[in-house]
Amino acid sequence: MSPAFALLGRDLALARRNAGDTLAAVGFFLVAVGLFPFGVGPGPELLARIAAGVVWVAALLAALLPLERLIGADYEDGTLDQALLSGLDPAGVAAAKAAAHWLTTGVPLLIASPLAALMLNLPLEAVPVLIAALALGSLVLSLLGTAGAALTLGARRGGVLLPLLVLPLAIPALIFGVAAVDAAAQGLAVRPHLAMLGAVAAAALPLAPLAAGAALRAAVE
Amino acid sequence: MLQADDLAAERGGRTIFAGVSFTLSPGMALTLTGPNGAGKTTLIRLLAGLGRIGGGRLLWEGEDALADRAAHARRLSLIGHQDAVKPAFTVAESLRHEARIAGVDPAHAEAAMVAMGIAHLAEAPVRILSAGQRRRVALARLPLARRRLWLLDEPTVALDHAGVAALGAAMAAHRAAGGIIVASSHLPLPLPNAAQLRFTIRPRETEAAA
Repeated sequence: MSPAFALLGRDLALARRNAGDTLAAVGFFLVAVGLFPFGVGPGPELLARIAAGVVWVAALLAALLPLERLIGADYEDGTLDQALLSGLDPAGVAAAKAAAHWLTTGVPLLIASPLAALMLNLPLEAVPVLIAALALGSLVLSLLGTAGAALTLGARRGGVLLPLLVLPLAIPALIFGVAAVDAAAQGLAVRPHLAMLGAVAAAALPLAPLAAGAALRAAVE
Repeated sequence: MLQADDLAAERGGRTIFAGVSFTLSPGMALTLTGPNGAGKTTLIRLLAGLGRIGGGRLLWEGEDALADRAAHARRLSLIGHQDAVKPAFTVAESLRHEARIAGVDPAHAEAAMVAMGIAHLAEAPVRILSAGQRRRVALARLPLARRRLWLLDEPTVALDHAGVAALGAAMAAHRAAGGIIVASSHLPLPLPNAAQLRFTIRPRETEAAA
């Protein structure tokens, strides 16, 4: 087995053992979405109009929660040194980390997203598009977030720095993702928006692990 | 064969050491001694390809060792200050994951645990282990991964006599098989006929200039 899959396998086994981290992110997501009807009022039409944006923003924030520990824990206990000595390029180590984050945080959020959408009265026909868009969007955030987590390794208050670094970069994904869901709710074409979102993911897929890999190498020096 | 040729390291603009040269043939061992902060850990990380070389060259079989860092990583095992074991796993799970990451058969984990005297702890979670037992789990990586070059930073920290003896036996077997060991320690290591490199604290250059 390639070291990348072995590293990913260990992270997934660890996430299964510490399932509370995943549940905390999903719980945060549902609670954050659930606050909006209290904040803006329970009018079904208003909620339906803001549903896509609220679900997206809440999902982005929830996905940020485990990021600080994603690489930080490995950095502190020496596991990162060992991973970088596995014979894998640092970018490969970063890619395995991003994949682990997406599988343990992004996918559970995807599974919870229809429930969040229903809480906000999003039209049912828009839910499949919401899931498709969030699948790409959470992948983008996992990739950007891994790069951000690698860059803030060893920094004081890295946990505060990380969202400041990552969230602005996630804005393009947010714009196209919400536009796709809104288009679906209004019965318009969703394909152009999803294509743009796919393009963002396609750009982040090679670039973010490369940047994260360089940051990992610098962090252990 | 591992060769250091006039190696130097600096951190934050300060030279930590310079002019470190040695040649280690198969079966040889080198111990690093010296006060805290003299650069032993820095040298070990440098040899692992994790640090930045400030000057000089590191050669493996006569060729630049760090030209291909991935290939260099695959011929060494590093035991650092930290044990790098996850508290949530059991000892056996930890070593099976280590084996997969190192690209060896996870079935070898059993023998590695026996070598370090932790076979009876196989199903114990790492969380409940003592510091010395965790150190043994970390050291079990050495016979598990079977790399040519062992880089050990204070390997006997927290180990009891039996642990030191187990490490000594593993190191002897490794050298007999043509392996190379570089180890730092404040305590005598069970490494017969090892060469010694003594580090001293360098005077601050600013002070020397003044």
